[in-house]
Amino acid sequence: MRIPDVLRLSGQAIRRYPLRSSMLLLAISIGVASVIALTAVAEGARRYITGQFAELGTNMLVMLPGRSDTSGGGLVGMLIGETERDLTLDDAIAIDQSPYVERVTPIVIGTGAASYRSRVRDTTVIGANAVFQDIQSWQLAAGRFLPQTDLDTLNPVCVLGSVVAGELFAGNEPIGEWIRIGDTRCRVIGVLAGAGQTGLFDSNELVVVPVANAQQLFNSPSLYRILIETTDPSRIEAARRNVIDIVRRRHQGYEDFTVITQDAILTTFNDIFGVVTAALAGIAGISLIVAGILIMNVMLVAVSQRTSEVGLLKALGATRRQILALFLAEASGLSLLGGLIGYAVGQTAAFAARVSYPIIDFHAPYWAAAAGVGVAVASGLVFGILPARRAAMLDPVEALTK
Amino acid sequence: MIRLRGICRDYPVGDQVVHALDKVDLDIGPGEYISIMGPSGSGKSTLLNVIGLLDRADAGTYELEDRNVAELDDDELAALRQQQIGFIFQSFHLISRMTALENVELPMVLAGKAPKARRERASEMLDKVGLGPRMSHRPDQLSGGERQRVAIARSIVMHPSVVLADEPTGNLDTKSGAEIVAILEALNAQGLAVLIVTHDPNLGGRAKRSIGMVDGRIAIDERRSPT
Repeated sequence: MRIPDVLRLSGQAIRRYPLRSSMLLLAISIGVASVIALTAVAEGARRYITGQFAELGTNMLVMLPGRSDTSGGGLVGMLIGETERDLTLDDAIAIDQSPYVERVTPIVIGTGAASYRSRVRDTTVIGANAVFQDIQSWQLAAGRFLPQTDLDTLNPVCVLGSVVAGELFAGNEPIGEWIRIGDTRCRVIGVLAGAGQTGLFDSNELVVVPVANAQQLFNSPSLYRILIETTDPSRIEAARRNVIDIVRRRHQGYEDFTVITQDAILTTFNDIFGVVTAALAGIAGISLIVAGILIMNVMLVAVSQRTSEVGLLKALGATRRQILALFLAEASGLSLLGGLIGYAVGQTAAFAARVSYPIIDFHAPYWAAAAGVGVAVASGLVFGILPARRAAMLDPVEALTK
Repeated sequence: MIRLRGICRDYPVGDQVVHALDKVDLDIGPGEYISIMGPSGSGKSTLLNVIGLLDRADAGTYELEDRNVAELDDDELAALRQQQIGFIFQSFHLISRMTALENVELPMVLAGKAPKARRERASEMLDKVGLGPRMSHRPDQLSGGERQRVAIARSIVMHPSVVLADEPTGNLDTKSGAEIVAILEALNAQGLAVLIVTHDPNLGGRAKRSIGMVDGRIAIDERRSPT
């Protein structure tokens, strides 16, 4: 039998039972579409988040308090009474002396009630310095950013996020006005342009003050992070060792802090999202196996519906292999068609998501799209074998009397 | 052409074994016109299925064109069936989703013939049974007699040496039945061997050779001299 004839005959059989075929197509296409849509979401999230970190730049080091390495040291340290030291402004100033280091931004984060006359609003308060604007790539809508000063200098000024400015001042000019944050007062010197989420923070919903003021406000000497800009991206590893050395000496020889590179963050996020994407694809893939069982069921029904037809084909000289090929072509044709429909639906959903949320690039990875359609066809073939074999093994005399 | 010796076919029915065919000897030459008659359960259909290679004998030898079919595997039997034997059934066995032409083409599709050649041959056969103008109709758009004519066209499309017809007029009215018989006799006149299983004594009596079966044995085998 010629291959085009096999395809034509099984195509006729598929069209002959439109309801049955369309139910099966629906089941398979839902499976494939969900593989594509879910992996597109996970992949989009991965690109979005790693993109955010990529904005940090390749010459950035981030220092945070506490050891990320829990193997050894941690437990022993706890037993012998070692306590974790905070990172302090003095640590940041010491790091700034390193020849490898271009600029340092110590960061303090907390929340506080910002008020202007009778208006009060809870907001995120970030303590930073002038460099922070560059790191975050923030644009100003009005005024200027924090001035260049020594890190430990108190300076009662602040820069408002666009939403905070709008709500506190309700359209009035904020620049030059004094607002109250917690127990301290500061003068508004700038308003950020409403860029939304940039870098690690939502620039709409915050107030930026000099780091020394933030420490006073929160009454704590500890820093949330120290962002370190190195002089030469190609010598980032040397810079990392040097910075670790400086702070360890200041911490009585204990390395009770962690320094990470942008590279390490990106790798970590890529790893995490790789696992998430694979897990989502796996979960959606299970629906394809379920669809495969449905294929088997439908094909078993098809074989018993067409028993006499199988008998006829045998009487007309069809071999077992030909009957097997016809039913397998029908099962895999259905699953291929369902896979392609699901592919189209999934990609359309990803496209719609990209249009609705242009900030995130929802794209299913190629392997997921290929695996979705591939698994659909494979399950059609695998689960089609049993019914097709049953048809091929039918006794022609009995089949003809059905 | 066909040579049966000591053919037995048993079926278990409950605890008992029914001898559907009991040591049947039969020779069929090229171009013969044979009717097989007998009461229900006498083994007529089983004999037809064995001759048509749809069923295997439990004992005895069957030679078709000097080949012992017991030695052939399933694929070889399928090929032999395709080349040598045409089937006509009481219930037509047309495939309802295909047109008359496609139904007639089907044996050639299974044989892997090229589309153009098989379409020509199939429409030629439909012309021969008088259905040329209705070749693109589907079975549900045809009368019973027309359906059986499609089935006849399908049975002869591969140039078989024998056509096996199991109650070909059983589902038809008298007039359509007579047309079918006329077509089969015309084919026989052109040299095709025709074997008809029937309950109808009028039809059975028209054949040049009548075989009567009782309890799986051939009880009567008489040839009428041509009139």
